[in-house]
Amino acid sequence: MSEVMDRPQTLNLKVVGTRPIRPDGADKVTGKATFGADFSMPGMLVGKIKRSPHAHARIVSIDTKKALALAGVKAVITAADFPDLASEEYEAGESAANLRDLALNCMARGKVLYDGHAVAAVAATSSSIADAALALITVTYDVLPHVIDVEAAMEAGAPVLHAHLFTEGLETKPDRPSNIAKRNELMRGDLEAGFAQAEVTVEGRYTTAAVHQGYIEPHACVAAFAPDGQCQVWSSSQGQFMVRTYCAKILGLEASNIRVTPTEIGGGFGGKTTVYLEPLALALSRQSGAPVKMVMTREEVFRATGPTSGAVIEVKLGAKRDGAITAARVVLKYQAGAFPGSPVGAGSMTALACYDVPNFSVTGFDVVTNSPKVAAYRAPGAPISAFGVESAMDDLARELGMDPIALRRKNAVRDGVKAAYGPTFRNIGYLETLEAIADHPHYKAPLGPNQGRGVAVGFWFNVGGESTAAVQVGEDGSAVVVTGNPDIGGSRASMAMMAAEVLGLPIEKVRPIVADTASIGFSMLTGGSRTTFATGMAVTQAAQKIVVDLKRRAAQIWDVPVEQVDWINGAAVCLDAAKADKGDLTLAALAAQSARTGGPIGAQVSLTAQGAGPGFGAHICDVEVDPETGHVTILRYTAAQDVGRAIHPAYVEGQIQGGVAQGIGWALNEEYVFDSEGRMENAGFLDYRVPVASDLPMIEPIIVEVANPRHPFGAKGVGEVPIVPPLAAVANAVRAAIGVRMTDLPLSPPKIRAVIDAR
Amino acid sequence: MTSRRHISATVNGDPVEFLSEAGTTLLDALRDELGLTGSKEGCGSGDCGACSVIVDGRLICSCLMLAAEAEGRRIETIEGMADGSTLHPLQRKFLEHAALQCGFCTPGLLVAAKALLDANPDPSESETRYWLAGNLCRCTGYDKVIRAVMDAAAELRQARV
Amino acid sequence: MSQIAYLAPTSADEAAAALIKGGATARVLSGGTDLLVQLRAGRLAPGLIVDVKRVPGAIGIRQEDGGFVIGASTPGMTIGEHAALEKAWPGVVEAVMLIGSTQIQGRASIAGNLCNASPAADSAPALIAARATCVIVGPSGRREAPVEAIGIAPGRTSLAKGEFVLEIRLPPRAARSADAYLRSIPRTEMDIAVVGAGVNLTLDADGVIADARVALGAVGPTVALAPDAGAAIIGTRLDEAALARLDDAARSACQPISDKRGTVDFRTKIAGVLARRAAAIAYGRARGRA
Repeated sequence: MSEVMDRPQTLNLKVVGTRPIRPDGADKVTGKATFGADFSMPGMLVGKIKRSPHAHARIVSIDTKKALALAGVKAVITAADFPDLASEEYEAGESAANLRDLALNCMARGKVLYDGHAVAAVAATSSSIADAALALITVTYDVLPHVIDVEAAMEAGAPVLHAHLFTEGLETKPDRPSNIAKRNELMRGDLEAGFAQAEVTVEGRYTTAAVHQGYIEPHACVAAFAPDGQCQVWSSSQGQFMVRTYCAKILGLEASNIRVTPTEIGGGFGGKTTVYLEPLALALSRQSGAPVKMVMTREEVFRATGPTSGAVIEVKLGAKRDGAITAARVVLKYQAGAFPGSPVGAGSMTALACYDVPNFSVTGFDVVTNSPKVAAYRAPGAPISAFGVESAMDDLARELGMDPIALRRKNAVRDGVKAAYGPTFRNIGYLETLEAIADHPHYKAPLGPNQGRGVAVGFWFNVGGESTAAVQVGEDGSAVVVTGNPDIGGSRASMAMMAAEVLGLPIEKVRPIVADTASIGFSMLTGGSRTTFATGMAVTQAAQKIVVDLKRRAAQIWDVPVEQVDWINGAAVCLDAAKADKGDLTLAALAAQSARTGGPIGAQVSLTAQGAGPGFGAHICDVEVDPETGHVTILRYTAAQDVGRAIHPAYVEGQIQGGVAQGIGWALNEEYVFDSEGRMENAGFLDYRVPVASDLPMIEPIIVEVANPRHPFGAKGVGEVPIVPPLAAVANAVRAAIGVRMTDLPLSPPKIRAVIDAR
Repeated sequence: MTSRRHISATVNGDPVEFLSEAGTTLLDALRDELGLTGSKEGCGSGDCGACSVIVDGRLICSCLMLAAEAEGRRIETIEGMADGSTLHPLQRKFLEHAALQCGFCTPGLLVAAKALLDANPDPSESETRYWLAGNLCRCTGYDKVIRAVMDAAAELRQARV
Repeated sequence: MSQIAYLAPTSADEAAAALIKGGATARVLSGGTDLLVQLRAGRLAPGLIVDVKRVPGAIGIRQEDGGFVIGASTPGMTIGEHAALEKAWPGVVEAVMLIGSTQIQGRASIAGNLCNASPAADSAPALIAARATCVIVGPSGRREAPVEAIGIAPGRTSLAKGEFVLEIRLPPRAARSADAYLRSIPRTEMDIAVVGAGVNLTLDADGVIADARVALGAVGPTVALAPDAGAAIIGTRLDEAALARLDDAARSACQPISDKRGTVDFRTKIAGVLARRAAAIAYGRARGRA
């Protein structure tokens, strides 16, 4: 189990920091929870998508007549059924989206840009009729040369995906279209001078493969379009308001006419921060006049929904003999997939965020390729750049003969240091996480033959943003907490806990729900590790407003000035000694008298949360490598992270363990494999190879708590940081075990055996 | 329309009858014909275990069995695991250990874990991990899942003494 | 729209007749763990599915004439639970138990594993090394064929129209003999073998290998016996030199392809490694029985 360190003792907390049973738990362990594909409506049709078998082709024609004529087919749509949108950027919460690209990704217009790109969709009275209808749609393609490798796509002669795409961020406007959508650069100091001061330099070129978020629940939705234009959508997503906005824009509808109800969501990790099915289901429902359900197959999830970028990372570090880094140069080339928008910006900003480096440059390239448009994946972009930088740091420590934690401590950012990406750090817990792993018995445990230990660190900004929460007190003094953020991993529990803490109620008396878009105010999606911070702040403030109101009501009942009333342990307490005989007024007692004191008790808060405390993690990984088979076994894993304050420590630990497991999968086995035609060869869990239970050891989390003063309980985001260090932690451990630096992920057995043979 | 076949089986102790097309899987029949949506489809190819059910005492993926094969069989699903409103110890331990995050893989994991404890009341960590290797969970990293299963096993052993 | 029919015949004759009547689009359903995946992926559009599990003999394990008869549709889990079989043929049982997850084991059968005719079938190398045979029934009655005769190319078997595998027969276990199976996969479970190696050997009274059979999977178009690999260790006590010769011979027997699961170079090297390691395990087991 984890140890809790440095818990601030300034607050006497009764609920926050405990481990209650999650409020939605019983439904989830009995099979009653309604996920995307579990929702049904009477008279519902089955919607399915016709997808491109080509990685890059011009659509010459689409003939849907035969499909439409088939008995039981109620609607067939293509891009012609959607407005041709102008280019428009929209900030959705975790990453910006271009609405035109989004629409084109949902349904190809004129050109298909990757294997699996949607070209048409049908709605029919049964699944088998829908399948038959798809087979009756004839699409004529003019196949074009394709490019998937990021560096190949950057070359001058590469097949161009978008004739209108000219590289942004260059000093002079280019005169020819390019697959390089954008070049970004972060700089400080004098790079050349920095390297000139260096006594030791290390350099490396690293690559990562495109990997998928791998949520177990495929995308699913039901949409119902009424003749008057009012429509409803039930879908599994990371944000019902995101779904509403995107559907409104893509279909040219008014947002208020679309009511989106979030179902339970079976994992997202960033991959459900966009839409694929919902606009199509609405269009099919509009044409057919019946509700339409669409559920992706696993193959569709892999071929057509967001992986994250495959990338090339070049790193050069220079340091003094004492370990002080004098210069760092990082070049990042990220696949964006079919449309611009890789996470290379975040990858650039996080690349050196753990280090106080006087001279650096980080250059990023956002490159379109004939592969599915990338979607956010847990700390988008950061694990990739960290893989390069943390591998190079490991080599630097070895060159210097320095302990890798000591090297990181020597160059660590701390409060008052200006981050490589701009702001000045305050109240960060990075050094504390380094101390936590340095002091942990794991770091000193002996290793056997063919075993190695690696260390790596990671950073994520964490996000605030817009959230709404309402707290309603019932007539018996129990409370309902209403938010607009899908609960992806237990956030209902933390919302209820924060409200219970403020109101002084036991957690069992607070019922949290996630509401539809017509029942709660706007909230940005669940992503960027923002929900416990930003929505939690809204919940806390709503509960605090209620407490203010309750004190006023008690003062009215007691006929004392409101200053004479305090709120302690869920009850109003009269501070006026003369009236102390009246006893306390509990929330239940006040609720019972609410009609006489101003009516129903409740409050809603909408806010834009600022000051999400940045998160840091430091990991230790032990591996054993079978030198004959190249197989890597993860023997032991310890992950320390500053979380500000753990609202529900068990779910904080779960976030850390889950992020580490995904990072290990990324390091060892996961990758998109394409054939020579650009078709994905491993679009299934059999050959995509996410970690299974027997692949992993227990993963020990160490919760470090350096409170975030901008949050009422000190919380910082938790979910993203833990996936950042593992890629390099594993690679560094393999380096220690076999004596050779592996630079290309995944570290699959054939690659390892080959380098062992060559050493 | 394709001809539909009449199937009689026992689900969670109750007799059921339904019609299904010959190519329909047991998973689709459970979800679409019987309204038992606790068994999930994560892959449709037997690689994720979210559709795990127990048929005549054997743990299987219901996506890899035809509904037609269910004739006369005894099927146990997640919906039959709790005793009325009293949770099975495994269900309770999953909640106590926070062994679920999104909860999508949870029904399959619970059914698979129940089959494990029916067969082996005292599994080691390694036995538990290998038995559950066919149940993918992307949220938890398996740590708390394994602890919950082993804790439930310990409690069930205690109850037998 | 494909019209699929389903039949669950209760005799071998009835099954064979149904398969003949169903023609080219009829498919045998044994455990179903491959068939249903192919159905779902649209790689297969059968007109008729013939479920042979209710044919007498298709499920169950019995001892006969000193050997074992395994109903070819018996699920892996049942095979793994059979103590006497596991004691006599630990390599065969461990190979069967490696096919997929616990859930897959609840359904997957040897007949399906062999007749799917994948060169990576886990049960095949161990069964071939064990000199196992298949009892095949069909319109012209029963015949028996060695396991290695079933798969003739990836996805293709030597079975005639209307034929299906009803039983797997393992010979009597000789004294001082044992078998073992190992495979290499990227993860620890749930993968298709990148290489598989089955070894079955018999020692003489002095602990010298008198007979050895080595079969390799996923390193050629079919699972095949590697006679030179077996010969490399006969007459030895599996010393270092013998193991090196075995490694060489196993590698020489490989004609693998490079694909998403492994490269030619890797598969070839690993075939040598696994042949050595499986031989060592089998040798240890056989000595334990001396």
